[in-house]
Amino acid sequence: MHAPDAATTPRALELSGVHKRFGQTEIIRGVSLDVPRGERHAIIGPNGAGKSTLFNLMSGRLAPTTGTIRLDGEDITARRPFRIARRGLSRSFQVTNVFPRMTVRENVRCSVLWSLGYRYSFWRSLERLRDANERTDETLERIGLAARRGALAGVLTYAEQRALEIGITIAGGARVILLDEPTAGMSRPETEAVVRLIRSVSEGRTLVMVEHDMSVVFELADRISVLVYGEIVASDTPARIRANEAVRAAYLGGGDA
Amino acid sequence: MHGTARAWLGAVVLLAALPWIPGLHSDSARSLLTQMGIAAVFALSYNLLLGETGLLSFGHAVYFGLGGYASIHFLRAINAGLAIPVPFVPLAGALAGLAFGIVFGALITRRGGTVFALITLGLGEWVHASSLMLPSFFGGEEGVTASRTRAPHLVGLDLGSQLQVYYVTAFWLLVSALAMHAFMRTPVGRLANAVRDNPERVEFIGYNPQRIRFIMFSASAAFAGLAGGLHAINYEIVAAEALSATRSGAVLLMVYIGGVHHFAGAILGAVAITWLQVSLSDYTTAWLLYLGLLFMGIVAFVPGGLAGLAMIHLAALRTRSLGTIARSYLIALPFALIASLGVVTLIEIAYRRATQPEAGTSMRLFWIPMDTAKPWPWIVAAALAAAGSFALVRAWPRIAAAWAQAGEEMHARA
Repeated sequence: MHAPDAATTPRALELSGVHKRFGQTEIIRGVSLDVPRGERHAIIGPNGAGKSTLFNLMSGRLAPTTGTIRLDGEDITARRPFRIARRGLSRSFQVTNVFPRMTVRENVRCSVLWSLGYRYSFWRSLERLRDANERTDETLERIGLAARRGALAGVLTYAEQRALEIGITIAGGARVILLDEPTAGMSRPETEAVVRLIRSVSEGRTLVMVEHDMSVVFELADRISVLVYGEIVASDTPARIRANEAVRAAYLGGGDA
Repeated sequence: MHGTARAWLGAVVLLAALPWIPGLHSDSARSLLTQMGIAAVFALSYNLLLGETGLLSFGHAVYFGLGGYASIHFLRAINAGLAIPVPFVPLAGALAGLAFGIVFGALITRRGGTVFALITLGLGEWVHASSLMLPSFFGGEEGVTASRTRAPHLVGLDLGSQLQVYYVTAFWLLVSALAMHAFMRTPVGRLANAVRDNPERVEFIGYNPQRIRFIMFSASAAFAGLAGGLHAINYEIVAAEALSATRSGAVLLMVYIGGVHHFAGAILGAVAITWLQVSLSDYTTAWLLYLGLLFMGIVAFVPGGLAGLAMIHLAALRTRSLGTIARSYLIALPFALIASLGVVTLIEIAYRRATQPEAGTSMRLFWIPMDTAKPWPWIVAAALAAAGSFALVRAWPRIAAAWAQAGEEMHARA
């Protein structure tokens, strides 16, 4: 699992000079970041560093004040989220964000429809969309919720909802996946299961994740960026990040990772 | 799948047999059935918005009314010689509903939630006011009339009897219900549920929630227009009342009382409210007051509506726990009766005093003569209402617990 050569591999995501200001407060203060295709990239940093804001900028939930964001070379700065999603970037949320009064299966099925070209079809019966149903079933198997397919998403346990959150994110086959704290609040065995899941679903895709659990970060990431007060202070391989004095001082603290 | 097919077949048989069931044999009963059918189409169309997409509209009668006006003018054209059989008239209503749904929907579905609700309220008032200002099309206060019989006949259907009008209505009810049921099982239908549950997340799976709302709104307006067309055939007159806020409020009541979470809920609500409107008004002039009380009771205590209640009892029947529910009912029933007796007496004597002072102070209620000038009827009624309500509130948790238990078992089996 070595890092792809950043100089030659085409970039999946490119942020240059991105700033985000809320009133007088500047949350993101000039972030430039390149994520090559196929890389697993982790963003770490203390609370309030702007990690979630950065995700919101990349996925279109927020528009940057200045700066540009490119997805596979195409400018997606300040596009609406559904336009960015259609171009192959999909994200999960830190706070579970599913469709509570729909079944687990319908949650996943809704997430595969656009990518399979069904768009705003109101004349085709869902039950006859073979490819959509197969993709849905595969995704359910993959996230371990096949047995819970008929349950309402709102009544799932926390860990199940987190798995569904990832399922909704990956079901559409996006090339770039953004996961916002996928293991937050999970027990050790649950975390290990999610790490295995992330490893398998990110195979052949680009992954960017925000994560607080350092063991998960160092286990999965090809490269790590450290975000402190809206700026990236280091962006490097896990081994070098671990050895970086500035990072240890700013974030890793006691070096417990 | 087989279960669904059987349910639809059952619906066909039921709709065909209804006007022949003893007691529903008369013209007045068949007229009531027709009104229920029209209300059912309208309520189903409304539930595409409220139950399926999570859009609360206070102006859905706009599309019912405009569909009705389009249909009555179409019917007049048929009266004047246009060779189209009358059973096709509701299609003109559906087209008009769709057209206005597209035009208004493009403006008002940009936002959901409270903003949407308020805009529909304003738009409803605006259309209603405009209709009175354009008498050439809307016919002013008297409305526009036409004849459903002066027209070419389709396979011997002259629409001369209420029975034939009922069957035309039942046919369109069945067609619209099937169409809406199928519509909800397409990508757009399912995404409408997703927009209802979590519009923000929908944007991150590639869909524009505004577009989904717009499509649902247009479809809903088309079916509301179709219901307006049936209204035009049934009454042979359409007046400004058809697109009024009163009618918009009534359809909201129907769908909420029937239950927004189940497809059949809108139909149940339409049947129940239409029946109350027609029959309760035979017994008491204060019937609207009772309707309001019923609505408040359902909203507060039975959020699943009539359909939700039916589902709970069916689930209890399957898990053989109906006994627990029945016991809780038996305990609560006497208190409910006492409370109702008190409340009804208070309402009736107060309503009579306020609205018919010329009728004097002595009256009969539940076969008991009383003089409302004396304090005793008031005191006794208030005491009954208070004591019954107090006991009912104490007994209520038992019912709620029995329902909750049946509901949980229902979900556990899903």
